[in-house]
Amino acid sequence: MKIHEADAKSLLVAQGLPVPAWAVARTPTQAREAAVRFLADPSNATKKVVVKAQVLVGGRGKAGGVKLAATADEAEDVAAQILALEIKGLPVRRVLVGPAAEIVKEYYLSVLLDRATKRLMFIGSAEGGVEIEQVAVENPDAIVYEYVDPLLGLPDFAARQLAFKVGFGKHWKAGAAIAKGLLKTMLANDADLVEINPLAVIREHNADGTPVERLVCLDAKVTLDDSALGRHPGLEELRDLDAEDPADIEARRYDLTFIKLDGDIGCMVNGAGLAMTTMDLVKRAGGEPANFLDIGGGAKADRVAAAMRLILDDPNVKAILVNIFGGITRGDEVARGLIEARSQQERDVPMVVRIVGTNAAEAAKLLEEARFVTADSLDEAAAKAVAAAKGVAS
Amino acid sequence: MSILIGRDTRLVVQGITGREGEFHSRAMLEYGTPLVAGCTPGKGGQTALDGRVPVFDTVAEAVKQTGANTSCIFVPAGGAPDAVLEAVAAGIKTIFCITEGIPALDMIPVVEAVRLAGARLVGPNCPGATSPGRAKVGIIPGSIHREGRVGVVSRSGTLTYEAVQAMTDAGLGQSTCVGIGGDPVVGTQHVDVLKLFAEDPETDALVLIGEIGGSAEEEAAAWAAEHLPHMPKVAFIAGRTAPEGKRMGHAGAIISGGKGTAASKVAALEAAGFRVATSPTELPKLLREAGYRG
Repeated sequence: MKIHEADAKSLLVAQGLPVPAWAVARTPTQAREAAVRFLADPSNATKKVVVKAQVLVGGRGKAGGVKLAATADEAEDVAAQILALEIKGLPVRRVLVGPAAEIVKEYYLSVLLDRATKRLMFIGSAEGGVEIEQVAVENPDAIVYEYVDPLLGLPDFAARQLAFKVGFGKHWKAGAAIAKGLLKTMLANDADLVEINPLAVIREHNADGTPVERLVCLDAKVTLDDSALGRHPGLEELRDLDAEDPADIEARRYDLTFIKLDGDIGCMVNGAGLAMTTMDLVKRAGGEPANFLDIGGGAKADRVAAAMRLILDDPNVKAILVNIFGGITRGDEVARGLIEARSQQERDVPMVVRIVGTNAAEAAKLLEEARFVTADSLDEAAAKAVAAAKGVAS
Repeated sequence: MSILIGRDTRLVVQGITGREGEFHSRAMLEYGTPLVAGCTPGKGGQTALDGRVPVFDTVAEAVKQTGANTSCIFVPAGGAPDAVLEAVAAGIKTIFCITEGIPALDMIPVVEAVRLAGARLVGPNCPGATSPGRAKVGIIPGSIHREGRVGVVSRSGTLTYEAVQAMTDAGLGQSTCVGIGGDPVVGTQHVDVLKLFAEDPETDALVLIGEIGGSAEEEAAAWAAEHLPHMPKVAFIAGRTAPEGKRMGHAGAIISGGKGTAASKVAALEAAGFRVATSPTELPKLLREAGYRG
């Protein structure tokens, strides 16, 4: 699960990490009030504020979702502009307001799960503030790595080693402490990524006006392991339902995995690998899948009916392909769900059904009685569904 | 012979009295798997499956009383990592964890403990393995198999069934079929299974089934190119049409930053001498074309 920058920063602060102050505003007026405070703060070296769109996609800056303001009026204006934006299809419902930092140097630091080594791994670079993928292509030597020991975590020496490798200079102690803090944030919340870009040395003013530098987390991106949300009830509340398709919310309710795509052939399959394969074969047969839908193992009739409603809610769907290889899942249960779903559906969309494996014979009998179009092989099912979507009788 | 499981297997099922555990234990027993014990804390002294299998409180006790050497875990996600550790501590060297939905961070130290003990963990979130005619451990339907000499390794569940069924229908039997699981942190990768098949005198050909995401298929391909240059090899990769950045059901199946695409995996497999199918039903034909005569 993705969460907003502001929420990610709260998780960092909870582990004692240095993050400059911020406020979240849902209206231009709230943004103005926050700006007044940050503009009056004597430590704010730039005497400006930054207003940042809170959306769950990258490239906010390029989309006009990050702007500076020197006065409260200006902050209200830019907040109004940003709150009116839609970035990569997502409406901006809130903005983050904070002091605009005077940046001395930008770094990159993240900790993530490395599947190949089955360990947590830090990635660091003295070239921060740009996409790390871009650095990896253009200047791979500028990226350093440090593994987290699966049993010992990140001992102090390893954190220091990482800090010196990244090259934090005189800020190495802060860098090592931040690395440890990022790992704590990850473990405390079952995150699969904690990324700070930029992790920056910024210049601020002491009360007497003298400049002071410190290393802070200027941005934050945290993604959470969906499998662990059950034991972090507080984190579930950070889910941004505005950023989700209503179909996704409905799918989660019935324990379905649903991803909407652009084609016109709805797919219902048990198992993620087989669901991807079914999409691939639809495409190979000359069609375009409308979705990825995994009904999971052991699906009963009600879950099948819910899956059918999700598929039919997409007005682009012209045909439906059901592909079930029964193992845990019983074919007759799926057939009953399909028959029930079809009796309730408002739209008459042709459906091709293939059910093999556990209780396939019982399923075939039910489907035949209900006059469904069936197929024996997956290739045949895909071809029939593509023909049906094109309006060719199968 | 076969790999991971075979005639010498003596299986203990952890979580045998649960709904899933009991259902699949019955199927394993009916297939002829030497299922010698079950383990459910607090139910020691009872029996499961109509009195056919003794139940113990601890895996250590099950090992002591029955000589169990292989474990299959159906314990729910909250307790499954601990169940793996219990099997390791009891000296079990081959462990299958079927449980899905285990938080990834929980598995990291467990996988390390398995490694340090010199044991092998398959899964979690895997369908298990079958050595046709000998033993089946996990949830793969027994009916899809046929005895033979083709080794099958896959990340998926039902996609594996699809591929195995296609092989069986074409008269191509299997030595062992292994599902390694779709989670980001699993105990056994494709390449580990290939190494086992390479040592098995009764495996003459390979079927590798992969998915988008990660680089496990590429690593397996590179290893096979070097160590199994003459063995007939075929592969199928799911997710050719998957969009970037979307997690396709399996926690591992995501294309990010242009890495882990089906195209890069297909290219790596072809360069390593695999014939790559565009549908699971093509696998038998490609195996014949690769020179397999079994």
